[in-house]
Amino acid sequence: MSDTAASDDGEDEPAVDAEEVRHVADLARVRLADDEVDEFAAQFGDILEYFEALDEVPETEREEELVNVMRPDEIEAGLSQEEALANAEETEDGFFVGPKVS
Amino acid sequence: MAADLNAFVTEERIEGADDADGPLADATVAVKDNISTEGIRTTCGSEMLADYVPPYSATVVDRLTEAGATVVGKTNMDEFGMGTTTETSAFGPTRNPVDTDRVPGGSSGGSAAAVAAGEADVALGSDTGGSVRCPAAFCGVVGIKPTYGLVSRYGLIAYANSLEQIGPIAGTVEEAAAALDVIAGDDPNDGTTRDLADVEGADPDASYAAAADGDVEGMTIGVPAELFEGADERVVETVEAAIDDLEARGAETTEISLPSVEHAVQAYYVIAMAEASSNLARFDGVRYGNRAESDGNWNESFAETREEGFGAEVKRRILLGTYALSAGYHDKYYEKAQDARAWVRQDFEDAFDDVDVIASPTMPVLPFELGESLDDPLRMYLADANTTPVNLANLPAVSVPAGEADGLPVGLQLVGPKFGEETIVRAASAVEGR
Repeated sequence: MSDTAASDDGEDEPAVDAEEVRHVADLARVRLADDEVDEFAAQFGDILEYFEALDEVPETEREEELVNVMRPDEIEAGLSQEEALANAEETEDGFFVGPKVS
Repeated sequence: MAADLNAFVTEERIEGADDADGPLADATVAVKDNISTEGIRTTCGSEMLADYVPPYSATVVDRLTEAGATVVGKTNMDEFGMGTTTETSAFGPTRNPVDTDRVPGGSSGGSAAAVAAGEADVALGSDTGGSVRCPAAFCGVVGIKPTYGLVSRYGLIAYANSLEQIGPIAGTVEEAAAALDVIAGDDPNDGTTRDLADVEGADPDASYAAAADGDVEGMTIGVPAELFEGADERVVETVEAAIDDLEARGAETTEISLPSVEHAVQAYYVIAMAEASSNLARFDGVRYGNRAESDGNWNESFAETREEGFGAEVKRRILLGTYALSAGYHDKYYEKAQDARAWVRQDFEDAFDDVDVIASPTMPVLPFELGESLDDPLRMYLADANTTPVNLANLPAVSVPAGEADGLPVGLQLVGPKFGEETIVRAASAVEGR
């Protein structure tokens, strides 16, 4: 529970604090600005509280009609190397250039 | 006028095949900007894909042009399909042609606005939780969300694979159904499509357009109280009047109960956000999409690219999806949402033992004013209460204009059993024929 956004009128505090938002943003590889972190913390509290209603859902048998869809493993026409690279910001010798790994 | 509405992100043409006999010869089609068009940029309403030019076209686009239709442009949308108002686009909001101070609905708002304003005969949208039906309702046009597996998603830039289908929007039920006839059908490039020859009870030679005959004599219409509760009174009155007219034309109505739908919105958002967090991981700025200037390592560069490229609603959903799937919360949110999904599916199946179609308001509210819902995401999510159950159950549904309230369009939603497109088209054509 957060102690950063306690309200005066005794309402429930948001279920998510800024630190938690930063942690999830880190996991999701999305950098956030500080004001975005605060805004999301407040909104996530409301939204997750609303999702709590899922606790009332009875366990239901999940019968999916699932079938495997297979096709012969044959070479088919695909994108050319040129096409595959066409949208990349940076390429070199027919490869994508990514940021350094560490 | 079109410029004022901001219905299009890109206005470029793809000429239809020179075949005067094609079912869509001379028809113009607007295509939502998350559906790939070879050589024409496809942005998903996002800064991330502002310069992305697909090297191939979606199956639905090829089918439309082969049928003689001419693509006239790519329509504006909520970023990556995430929104109910078409205000979260990186290219600015679209305006509702009926009242330009109001939103056209979302996320296929540009497509519905283009049709309502006469900029295209037909438009394609995509419907993950109501994104074809909502803007159709708000703009006073017809939108069909097909059964999951009827229409190929090959070339649709995915947001939540298990929920979304491409669907047509048009001025009349028959026109929308004719476009569905063209785009429907098995596709070897999409393993989730079904060959109707293998589907029990489905007619592989069905003509959806021919089903728009207005004949509802003897049809049974289920009316679930749960989908009327909490809706705007003006919406309820308009929809009830339309259902009364169906009764006058020989349909039979009966009250039904769908207790599971009370949890559908929550289940929908948990599942959609979870799938989004996974699907959107591909946008790292390396193979396609904009890349941030960064001195950092792979992870830092990735995070900066995504900070720059994604808008607030997309970040919100990626983060909430990541949260709902993370250790410790997976069972609480994601597993429970899957239970709710199974319950919704069961509820509908039981209902269709007794009725042919299920009728309700498409949207529980009249079109929002621009800016009204932007700061309150939860309020926007709640507006999807009547449309999301259909996606969870993978069923077909249509939104057809039921009339107006205070000069604003109200949509009636008709839901059918799996691959029951002909039935909902028939019922919807009776609504517009009154």
